[in-house]
Amino acid sequence: MCLAVPGRVLEIEERDGTRMAVMDFGGVVKDVCLEYLPDLEVGEYAIVHVGFALQRLDEESARRTLDLFAELGLLTEEFGDPWEAAAASGAGEEAAR
Amino acid sequence: MKYLEEFQNPELARGLLEDIRATVTRPWALMEVCGGQTHTIIRHGIDQLLPDEVELIHGPGCPVCVTPLEVIDKALEIAGRPEVIFCSFGDMLRVPGTDRDLFRVRGEGGDVRVVYSPLDALRIARENPHREVVFFGIGFETTAPPNAMTVYQARKHGIENFSMLVSHVRVPPAIDAIMNSPDCRVQGFLAAGHVCSVMGTVEYPELAARHRVPIVVTGFEPLDILEGIRRTVRQLERGEHTVENAYERAVRPEGNPAARAMLEDVFEVTDRAWRGIGVIPQSGWRLAERYRDYDAEHRFDVGGITTLESELCRSGEVLQGLIKPHECEAFGTTCTPRNPLGATMVSTEGACAAYYLYRRLGTPVTPEAIPVG
Repeated sequence: MCLAVPGRVLEIEERDGTRMAVMDFGGVVKDVCLEYLPDLEVGEYAIVHVGFALQRLDEESARRTLDLFAELGLLTEEFGDPWEAAAASGAGEEAAR
Repeated sequence: MKYLEEFQNPELARGLLEDIRATVTRPWALMEVCGGQTHTIIRHGIDQLLPDEVELIHGPGCPVCVTPLEVIDKALEIAGRPEVIFCSFGDMLRVPGTDRDLFRVRGEGGDVRVVYSPLDALRIARENPHREVVFFGIGFETTAPPNAMTVYQARKHGIENFSMLVSHVRVPPAIDAIMNSPDCRVQGFLAAGHVCSVMGTVEYPELAARHRVPIVVTGFEPLDILEGIRRTVRQLERGEHTVENAYERAVRPEGNPAARAMLEDVFEVTDRAWRGIGVIPQSGWRLAERYRDYDAEHRFDVGGITTLESELCRSGEVLQGLIKPHECEAFGTTCTPRNPLGATMVSTEGACAAYYLYRRLGTPVTPEAIPVG
Protein backbone atom coordinates (compact mmCIF):
# COMPACT_ATOMS: atom_id res chain seq x y z
CA MET A 1 0.00 0.00 0.00
CA CYS A 2 2.88 2.39 0.58
CA LEU A 3 3.90 1.71 -2.99
CA ALA A 4 3.30 4.52 -5.43
CA VAL A 5 3.26 3.62 -9.11
CA PRO A 6 4.03 5.72 -12.19
CA GLY A 7 1.18 6.03 -14.66
CA ARG A 8 0.39 7.83 -17.93
CA VAL A 9 -2.61 10.06 -18.44
CA LEU A 10 -4.98 8.77 -21.14
CA GLU A 11 -8.01 11.04 -20.60
CA ILE A 12 -9.01 13.91 -18.33
CA GLU A 13 -12.53 14.95 -17.30
CA GLU A 14 -14.40 16.84 -14.60
CA ARG A 15 -16.57 14.51 -12.49
CA ASP A 16 -18.82 15.95 -9.76
CA GLY A 17 -16.63 19.04 -9.70
CA THR A 18 -13.47 16.96 -9.27
CA ARG A 19 -10.66 16.79 -11.82
CA MET A 20 -10.21 13.12 -12.69
CA ALA A 21 -8.05 11.20 -15.16
CA VAL A 22 -8.04 7.77 -16.69
CA MET A 23 -4.45 6.55 -16.35
CA ASP A 24 -2.50 3.58 -17.66
CA PHE A 25 -0.17 1.61 -15.37
CA GLY A 26 1.69 -0.80 -17.62
CA GLY A 27 -1.57 -2.10 -19.08
CA VAL A 28 -3.80 -1.72 -16.02
CA VAL A 29 -6.19 1.23 -16.40
CA LYS A 30 -7.49 3.10 -13.35
CA ASP A 31 -9.37 6.27 -12.45
CA VAL A 32 -7.08 8.79 -10.79
CA CYS A 33 -7.87 12.04 -8.97
CA LEU A 34 -5.88 15.03 -10.27
CA GLU A 35 -6.84 17.53 -7.56
CA TYR A 36 -3.28 17.57 -6.21
CA LEU A 37 -1.73 17.90 -9.68
CA PRO A 38 -4.37 19.88 -11.55
CA ASP A 39 -2.17 20.97 -14.46
CA LEU A 40 -1.19 17.41 -15.43
CA GLU A 41 -2.00 16.85 -19.11
CA VAL A 42 -2.85 13.92 -21.37
CA GLY A 43 0.31 11.98 -22.25
CA GLU A 44 2.23 13.08 -19.15
CA TYR A 45 3.43 10.73 -16.39
CA ALA A 46 2.93 11.04 -12.65
CA ILE A 47 3.51 9.07 -9.49
CA VAL A 48 0.13 7.78 -8.36
CA HIS A 49 -0.76 6.46 -4.93
CA VAL A 50 -4.17 5.02 -3.94
CA GLY A 51 -5.83 6.73 -6.88
CA PHE A 52 -4.23 10.17 -6.54
CA ALA A 53 -1.56 11.73 -8.73
CA LEU A 54 1.05 13.17 -6.36
CA GLN A 55 4.06 14.25 -8.41
CA ARG A 56 5.07 14.59 -12.08
CA LEU A 57 7.65 12.18 -13.43
CA ASP A 58 9.59 12.17 -16.69
CA GLU A 59 8.64 9.47 -19.17
CA GLU A 60 11.88 7.53 -19.14
CA SER A 61 12.16 7.08 -15.39
CA ALA A 62 8.43 6.29 -15.23
CA ARG A 63 8.80 3.52 -17.81
CA ARG A 64 11.85 2.04 -16.12
CA THR A 65 10.13 2.00 -12.74
CA LEU A 66 7.03 0.35 -14.25
CA ASP A 67 9.19 -2.33 -15.87
CA LEU A 68 10.93 -3.02 -12.58
CA PHE A 69 7.69 -3.17 -10.61
CA ALA A 70 6.19 -5.53 -13.19
CA GLU A 71 9.26 -7.77 -12.95
CA LEU A 72 9.03 -7.86 -9.15
CA GLY A 73 5.32 -8.69 -9.27
CA LEU A 74 4.52 -5.48 -7.42
CA LEU A 75 1.91 -4.38 -9.98
CA THR A 76 -0.07 -7.56 -9.31
CA GLU A 77 0.23 -6.81 -5.61
CA GLU A 78 -1.01 -3.26 -6.13
CA PHE A 79 -3.80 -3.93 -8.62
CA GLY A 80 -4.58 -7.66 -8.23
CA ASP A 81 -7.45 -9.22 -6.30
CA PRO A 82 -6.54 -8.95 -2.61
CA TRP A 83 -9.17 -11.51 -1.57
CA GLU A 84 -7.49 -14.12 -3.74
CA ALA A 85 -4.08 -13.06 -2.46
CA ALA A 86 -5.25 -13.26 1.15
CA ALA A 87 -6.90 -16.64 0.59
CA ALA A 88 -3.75 -17.96 -1.11
CA SER A 89 -1.64 -16.89 1.82
CA GLY A 90 -3.88 -18.71 4.26
CA ALA A 91 -5.30 -15.70 6.05
CA GLY A 92 -7.87 -16.53 8.65
CA GLU A 93 -7.04 -20.25 8.60
CA GLU A 94 -5.19 -20.25 11.87
CA ALA A 95 -7.85 -18.21 13.63
CA ALA A 96 -10.58 -20.47 12.23
CA ARG A 97 -9.08 -23.64 13.65
CA MET B 1 19.92 12.22 -19.06
CA LYS B 2 22.99 10.01 -19.24
CA TYR B 3 22.36 8.82 -15.70
CA LEU B 4 18.81 7.78 -16.54
CA GLU B 5 19.92 5.99 -19.69
CA GLU B 6 22.16 3.83 -17.57
CA PHE B 7 19.55 3.18 -14.93
CA GLN B 8 19.25 -0.47 -13.83
CA ASN B 9 22.65 -1.04 -15.36
CA PRO B 10 24.79 -3.58 -13.48
CA GLU B 11 27.91 -1.66 -14.44
CA LEU B 12 26.51 1.39 -12.72
CA ALA B 13 25.66 -0.68 -9.66
CA ARG B 14 29.22 -1.97 -9.61
CA GLY B 15 30.56 1.55 -9.91
CA LEU B 16 28.45 2.78 -7.01
CA LEU B 17 29.54 -0.15 -4.87
CA GLU B 18 33.20 0.48 -5.71
CA ASP B 19 32.76 4.13 -4.82
CA ILE B 20 31.21 3.20 -1.48
CA ARG B 21 34.11 0.79 -0.81
CA ALA B 22 36.66 3.43 -1.70
CA THR B 23 34.98 6.00 0.55
CA VAL B 24 34.34 4.01 3.69
CA THR B 25 37.09 3.84 6.32
CA ARG B 26 35.18 2.74 9.42
CA PRO B 27 31.85 1.21 10.47
CA TRP B 28 28.60 3.11 9.85
CA ALA B 29 25.01 2.14 10.64
CA LEU B 30 22.36 3.57 8.29
CA MET B 31 18.60 3.25 8.57
CA GLU B 32 16.30 2.99 5.56
CA VAL B 33 13.01 4.38 6.79
CA CYS B 34 10.60 2.97 4.22
CA GLY B 35 9.36 -0.62 4.06
CA GLY B 36 9.45 -0.44 0.26
CA GLN B 37 13.17 0.27 0.47
CA THR B 38 13.65 -2.63 2.92
CA HIS B 39 11.91 -4.84 0.38
CA THR B 40 14.27 -3.74 -2.41
CA ILE B 41 17.35 -4.13 -0.19
CA ILE B 42 16.55 -7.68 0.85
CA ARG B 43 15.15 -8.73 -2.54
CA HIS B 44 18.37 -7.71 -4.26
CA GLY B 45 20.78 -8.60 -1.48
CA ILE B 46 22.07 -5.03 -1.36
CA ASP B 47 22.98 -5.43 2.32
CA GLN B 48 25.18 -8.38 1.35
CA LEU B 49 26.84 -6.52 -1.50
CA LEU B 50 27.93 -3.65 0.72
CA PRO B 51 31.33 -3.53 2.40
CA ASP B 52 31.29 -4.95 5.93
CA GLU B 53 31.64 -1.46 7.39
CA VAL B 54 28.19 -0.38 6.14
CA GLU B 55 25.29 -1.86 8.10
CA LEU B 56 21.69 -1.26 7.08
CA ILE B 57 19.12 -1.09 9.87
CA HIS B 58 15.49 -1.47 8.88
CA GLY B 59 13.21 1.33 10.00
CA PRO B 60 9.56 1.59 11.01
CA GLY B 61 8.30 2.67 7.60
CA CYS B 62 5.58 0.11 6.96
CA PRO B 63 2.16 1.65 7.70
CA VAL B 64 0.50 -1.74 7.96
CA CYS B 65 3.11 -2.90 10.49
CA VAL B 66 2.91 0.10 12.79
CA THR B 67 -0.89 0.40 13.01
CA PRO B 68 -1.62 -0.35 16.68
CA LEU B 69 -3.33 -3.60 17.61
CA GLU B 70 -5.95 -1.51 19.36
CA VAL B 71 -6.86 0.24 16.10
CA ILE B 72 -7.05 -3.11 14.28
CA ASP B 73 -9.43 -4.39 16.97
CA LYS B 74 -11.56 -1.26 16.61
CA ALA B 75 -11.67 -1.84 12.85
CA LEU B 76 -12.73 -5.47 13.38
CA GLU B 77 -15.46 -4.40 15.82
CA ILE B 78 -16.85 -1.79 13.42
CA ALA B 79 -16.53 -4.10 10.38
CA GLY B 80 -18.60 -6.78 12.13
CA ARG B 81 -21.66 -4.55 12.56
CA PRO B 82 -24.60 -5.42 10.30
CA GLU B 83 -25.27 -1.82 9.26
CA VAL B 84 -21.67 -1.21 8.21
CA ILE B 85 -19.89 -1.57 4.89
CA PHE B 86 -16.24 -1.55 5.91
CA CYS B 87 -13.80 -0.46 3.19
CA SER B 88 -10.05 -1.00 3.40
CA PHE B 89 -6.91 -1.24 1.33
CA GLY B 90 -6.20 -4.91 0.55
CA ASP B 91 -3.06 -5.22 2.63
CA MET B 92 -4.97 -4.70 5.89
CA LEU B 93 -7.06 -7.87 5.38
CA ARG B 94 -4.59 -10.27 6.90
CA VAL B 95 -3.22 -8.09 9.69
CA PRO B 96 -3.95 -9.96 12.91
CA GLY B 97 -6.03 -8.30 15.59
CA THR B 98 -6.25 -9.88 19.01
CA ASP B 99 -8.20 -12.93 17.84
CA ARG B 100 -9.09 -12.51 14.15
CA ASP B 101 -8.54 -10.42 11.04
CA LEU B 102 -10.72 -8.62 8.46
CA PHE B 103 -10.63 -11.70 6.25
CA ARG B 104 -12.24 -13.70 9.05
CA VAL B 105 -14.81 -10.95 9.76
CA ARG B 106 -15.88 -11.17 6.14
CA GLY B 107 -16.13 -14.97 6.42
CA GLU B 108 -18.44 -14.48 9.38
CA GLY B 109 -20.78 -12.32 7.29
CA GLY B 110 -19.30 -8.86 7.70
CA ASP B 111 -19.55 -6.62 4.65
CA VAL B 112 -15.84 -5.94 4.20
CA ARG B 113 -14.83 -4.50 0.84
CA VAL B 114 -11.42 -3.82 -0.61
CA VAL B 115 -10.96 -0.54 -2.41
CA TYR B 116 -8.09 0.72 -4.52
CA SER B 117 -8.71 4.36 -3.61
CA PRO B 118 -10.48 6.03 -0.67
CA LEU B 119 -12.68 7.76 -3.26
CA ASP B 120 -14.08 4.30 -4.10
CA ALA B 121 -15.35 4.10 -0.50
CA LEU B 122 -17.07 7.46 -0.95
CA ARG B 123 -18.74 6.18 -4.13
CA ILE B 124 -19.96 3.11 -2.21
CA ALA B 125 -21.43 5.46 0.41
CA ARG B 126 -23.29 7.35 -2.33
CA GLU B 127 -24.65 4.10 -3.75
CA ASN B 128 -25.74 2.76 -0.33
CA PRO B 129 -27.44 5.68 1.43
CA HIS B 130 -29.07 3.40 4.03
CA ARG B 131 -25.80 1.78 5.16
CA GLU B 132 -22.90 3.23 7.16
CA VAL B 133 -19.74 3.19 5.06
CA VAL B 134 -16.48 3.28 7.04
CA PHE B 135 -13.04 3.61 5.46
CA PHE B 136 -9.89 2.41 7.24
CA GLY B 137 -7.60 5.44 6.92
CA ILE B 138 -4.06 4.35 7.71
CA GLY B 139 -0.73 5.23 6.17
CA PHE B 140 2.13 7.71 6.09
CA GLU B 141 2.31 11.14 4.47
CA THR B 142 1.85 9.57 1.02
CA THR B 143 -1.55 8.07 1.87
CA ALA B 144 -2.84 10.82 4.15
CA PRO B 145 -3.55 13.42 1.39
CA PRO B 146 -5.82 11.08 -0.61
CA ASN B 147 -7.68 10.24 2.60
CA ALA B 148 -7.89 13.92 3.55
CA MET B 149 -9.36 14.77 0.14
CA THR B 150 -11.95 12.03 0.57
CA VAL B 151 -13.18 13.44 3.89
CA TYR B 152 -13.18 16.93 2.37
CA GLN B 153 -15.32 15.70 -0.54
CA ALA B 154 -17.68 13.83 1.78
CA ARG B 155 -18.45 17.10 3.54
CA LYS B 156 -18.53 19.13 0.33
CA HIS B 157 -21.11 16.79 -1.19
CA GLY B 158 -23.07 16.30 2.05
CA ILE B 159 -22.50 12.54 2.22
CA GLU B 160 -23.45 11.78 5.81
CA ASN B 161 -23.25 7.97 5.86
CA PHE B 162 -19.47 8.04 5.40
CA SER B 163 -16.81 8.06 8.12
CA MET B 164 -13.14 7.20 8.48
CA LEU B 165 -11.22 5.26 11.11
CA VAL B 166 -8.05 7.36 11.08
CA SER B 167 -4.63 6.18 12.24
CA HIS B 168 -2.16 8.16 10.17
CA VAL B 169 1.52 8.39 11.07
CA ARG B 170 4.26 10.95 10.30
CA VAL B 171 7.87 10.10 9.54
CA PRO B 172 9.90 13.01 11.03
CA PRO B 173 8.76 12.45 14.65
CA ALA B 174 9.63 8.76 14.24
CA ILE B 175 13.15 9.70 13.12
CA ASP B 176 13.37 12.01 16.13
CA ALA B 177 12.20 9.22 18.49
CA ILE B 178 14.69 6.75 17.03
CA MET B 179 17.55 9.23 17.49
CA ASN B 180 16.42 10.02 21.05
CA SER B 181 16.49 6.35 22.08
CA PRO B 182 19.43 5.53 24.38
CA ASP B 183 19.97 2.30 22.39
CA CYS B 184 20.10 4.13 19.07
CA ARG B 185 22.91 3.05 16.74
CA VAL B 186 21.68 4.89 13.64
CA GLN B 187 24.19 7.36 12.18
CA GLY B 188 22.48 8.24 8.90
CA PHE B 189 19.04 8.03 7.30
CA LEU B 190 17.81 7.10 3.85
CA ALA B 191 14.57 9.10 3.90
CA ALA B 192 11.47 7.68 2.19
CA GLY B 193 11.17 9.05 -1.33
CA HIS B 194 7.42 9.07 -1.82
CA VAL B 195 6.73 10.60 1.59
CA CYS B 196 8.99 13.44 0.43
CA SER B 197 7.15 13.65 -2.93
CA VAL B 198 4.26 14.97 -0.84
CA MET B 199 5.99 16.68 2.10
CA GLY B 200 9.15 17.90 0.41
CA THR B 201 12.32 18.17 2.45
CA VAL B 202 11.46 21.15 4.66
CA GLU B 203 10.99 19.08 7.83
CA TYR B 204 14.45 17.52 7.71
CA PRO B 205 17.18 20.21 8.03
CA GLU B 206 16.30 20.89 11.67
CA LEU B 207 16.36 17.16 12.48
CA ALA B 208 19.67 16.65 10.66
CA ALA B 209 21.27 19.58 12.47
CA ARG B 210 19.93 18.78 15.94
CA HIS B 211 20.92 15.10 15.84
CA ARG B 212 24.00 15.72 13.69
CA VAL B 213 22.79 13.01 11.32
CA PRO B 214 22.84 13.02 7.50
CA ILE B 215 19.44 12.52 5.88
CA VAL B 216 19.42 11.55 2.20
CA VAL B 217 16.07 11.37 0.38
CA THR B 218 16.18 8.08 -1.50
CA GLY B 219 14.06 6.28 -4.10
CA PHE B 220 13.05 2.62 -4.29
CA GLU B 221 14.95 1.04 -7.11
CA PRO B 222 18.19 -0.87 -6.42
CA LEU B 223 20.35 1.86 -7.92
CA ASP B 224 18.43 4.52 -5.96
CA ILE B 225 19.26 2.71 -2.73
CA LEU B 226 22.95 2.37 -3.64
CA GLU B 227 23.13 6.06 -4.52
CA GLY B 228 21.45 6.99 -1.22
CA ILE B 229 23.94 4.86 0.69
CA ARG B 230 26.85 6.33 -1.26
CA ARG B 231 25.84 9.90 -0.43
CA THR B 232 25.14 9.12 3.24
CA VAL B 233 28.50 7.37 3.70
CA ARG B 234 30.28 10.25 1.97
CA GLN B 235 28.73 12.72 4.40
CA LEU B 236 29.59 10.57 7.40
CA GLU B 237 33.21 10.16 6.33
CA ARG B 238 33.47 13.95 5.91
CA GLY B 239 31.80 14.64 9.24
CA GLU B 240 28.84 16.33 7.53
CA HIS B 241 25.18 16.13 8.48
CA THR B 242 23.03 17.80 5.87
CA VAL B 243 19.87 16.96 3.92
CA GLU B 244 20.45 15.73 0.36
CA ASN B 245 17.92 14.82 -2.29
CA ALA B 246 18.98 11.73 -4.24
CA TYR B 247 15.47 11.26 -5.73
CA GLU B 248 15.14 14.53 -7.63
CA ARG B 249 13.04 13.02 -10.41
CA ALA B 250 10.14 12.59 -7.96
CA VAL B 251 10.88 14.95 -5.07
CA ARG B 252 10.81 18.73 -5.11
CA PRO B 253 11.95 20.65 -2.02
CA GLU B 254 8.43 22.00 -1.42
CA GLY B 255 6.77 18.62 -2.05
CA ASN B 256 3.20 18.93 -3.26
CA PRO B 257 1.82 22.21 -1.81
CA ALA B 258 -1.82 21.42 -2.66
CA ALA B 259 -1.63 18.10 -0.84
CA ARG B 260 0.08 19.67 2.17
CA ALA B 261 -2.60 22.39 2.36
CA MET B 262 -5.35 19.77 2.37
CA LEU B 263 -3.58 17.83 5.13
CA GLU B 264 -3.52 20.97 7.26
CA ASP B 265 -7.20 21.61 6.64
CA VAL B 266 -8.57 18.13 7.36
CA PHE B 267 -6.15 16.73 9.94
CA GLU B 268 -4.46 17.91 13.10
CA VAL B 269 -1.22 16.59 14.55
CA THR B 270 -1.61 14.29 17.55
CA ASP B 271 0.40 11.86 19.65
CA ARG B 272 0.13 8.39 18.11
CA ALA B 273 0.92 4.86 19.29
CA TRP B 274 3.01 2.73 16.92
CA ARG B 275 2.50 -1.03 17.09
CA GLY B 276 5.31 -2.61 19.10
CA ILE B 277 6.96 0.76 19.80
CA GLY B 278 4.50 2.75 21.87
CA VAL B 279 3.43 6.38 21.79
CA ILE B 280 5.59 8.80 19.80
CA PRO B 281 4.69 12.44 20.52
CA GLN B 282 3.20 14.43 17.62
CA SER B 283 3.73 11.46 15.30
CA GLY B 284 0.22 11.10 13.94
CA TRP B 285 -2.75 12.82 12.41
CA ARG B 286 -6.38 12.67 13.46
CA LEU B 287 -9.37 14.42 11.95
CA ALA B 288 -9.55 18.08 12.92
CA GLU B 289 -12.39 19.15 15.19
CA ARG B 290 -14.45 20.60 12.32
CA TYR B 291 -14.42 17.17 10.61
CA ARG B 292 -15.23 15.22 13.80
CA ASP B 293 -18.60 14.10 12.34
CA TYR B 294 -16.63 11.99 9.88
CA ASP B 295 -14.56 10.27 12.59
CA ALA B 296 -15.60 6.61 12.88
CA GLU B 297 -14.28 6.45 16.46
CA HIS B 298 -16.69 9.28 17.26
CA ARG B 299 -19.61 7.73 15.35
CA PHE B 300 -19.18 4.19 16.72
CA ASP B 301 -18.56 3.51 20.39
CA VAL B 302 -15.20 1.73 20.23
CA GLY B 303 -13.32 3.84 22.78
CA GLY B 304 -13.32 1.08 25.41
CA ILE B 305 -11.28 -1.39 23.35
CA THR B 306 -7.82 -2.05 24.79
CA THR B 307 -5.43 -4.80 23.81
CA LEU B 308 -2.35 -6.82 24.73
CA GLU B 309 0.42 -7.57 22.23
CA SER B 310 1.84 -11.09 21.81
CA GLU B 311 4.70 -11.63 24.26
CA LEU B 312 6.50 -13.79 21.70
CA CYS B 313 6.47 -11.16 18.96
CA ARG B 314 9.51 -8.88 18.86
CA SER B 315 8.36 -6.79 15.89
CA GLY B 316 8.65 -3.62 17.97
CA GLU B 317 12.38 -4.20 18.36
CA VAL B 318 12.65 -4.97 14.63
CA LEU B 319 10.80 -1.75 13.80
CA GLN B 320 13.22 0.28 15.92
CA GLY B 321 16.27 -1.35 14.38
CA LEU B 322 17.30 -2.98 17.69
CA ILE B 323 17.28 -6.52 16.28
CA LYS B 324 17.21 -8.08 12.82
CA PRO B 325 14.18 -10.27 11.99
CA HIS B 326 16.08 -13.58 12.16
CA GLU B 327 17.29 -12.72 15.68
CA CYS B 328 13.73 -13.22 16.94
CA GLU B 329 13.20 -16.72 18.35
CA ALA B 330 9.79 -16.99 16.65
CA PHE B 331 11.08 -15.99 13.19
CA GLY B 332 10.36 -18.71 10.63
CA THR B 333 9.16 -21.16 13.28
CA THR B 334 6.07 -20.08 15.19
CA CYS B 335 5.88 -16.91 13.07
CA THR B 336 5.60 -17.15 9.28
CA PRO B 337 3.62 -15.24 6.61
CA ARG B 338 0.95 -17.98 6.81
CA ASN B 339 0.78 -17.72 10.59
CA PRO B 340 2.08 -14.28 11.56
CA LEU B 341 2.45 -13.22 15.18
CA GLY B 342 2.97 -9.58 14.28
CA ALA B 343 2.44 -7.21 11.42
CA THR B 344 6.09 -7.07 10.32
CA MET B 345 5.55 -10.65 9.14
CA VAL B 346 2.07 -10.27 7.70
CA SER B 347 2.69 -7.19 5.59
CA THR B 348 4.69 -7.75 2.43
CA GLU B 349 6.43 -4.47 3.21
CA GLY B 350 7.40 -5.67 6.67
CA ALA B 351 11.04 -6.41 7.41
CA CYS B 352 10.26 -9.90 8.75
CA ALA B 353 8.29 -10.87 5.63
CA ALA B 354 11.05 -9.50 3.38
CA TYR B 355 13.63 -11.61 5.23
CA TYR B 356 11.38 -14.66 5.13
CA LEU B 357 10.68 -14.31 1.41
CA TYR B 358 14.08 -13.35 0.08
CA ARG B 359 16.80 -14.10 2.54
CA ARG B 360 18.90 -16.95 1.24
CA LEU B 361 21.59 -17.09 3.88
CA GLY B 362 24.86 -18.43 2.59
CA THR B 363 24.05 -17.64 -1.04
CA PRO B 364 26.62 -15.23 -2.43
CA VAL B 365 25.11 -12.20 -4.15
CA THR B 366 26.88 -10.42 -6.98
CA PRO B 367 26.12 -7.16 -8.81
CA GLU B 368 24.82 -9.32 -11.69
CA ALA B 369 21.97 -10.33 -9.38
CA ILE B 370 20.62 -6.79 -9.63
CA PRO B 371 18.01 -6.99 -12.39
CA VAL B 372 18.52 -5.11 -15.60
CA GLY B 373 15.48 -2.94 -16.38
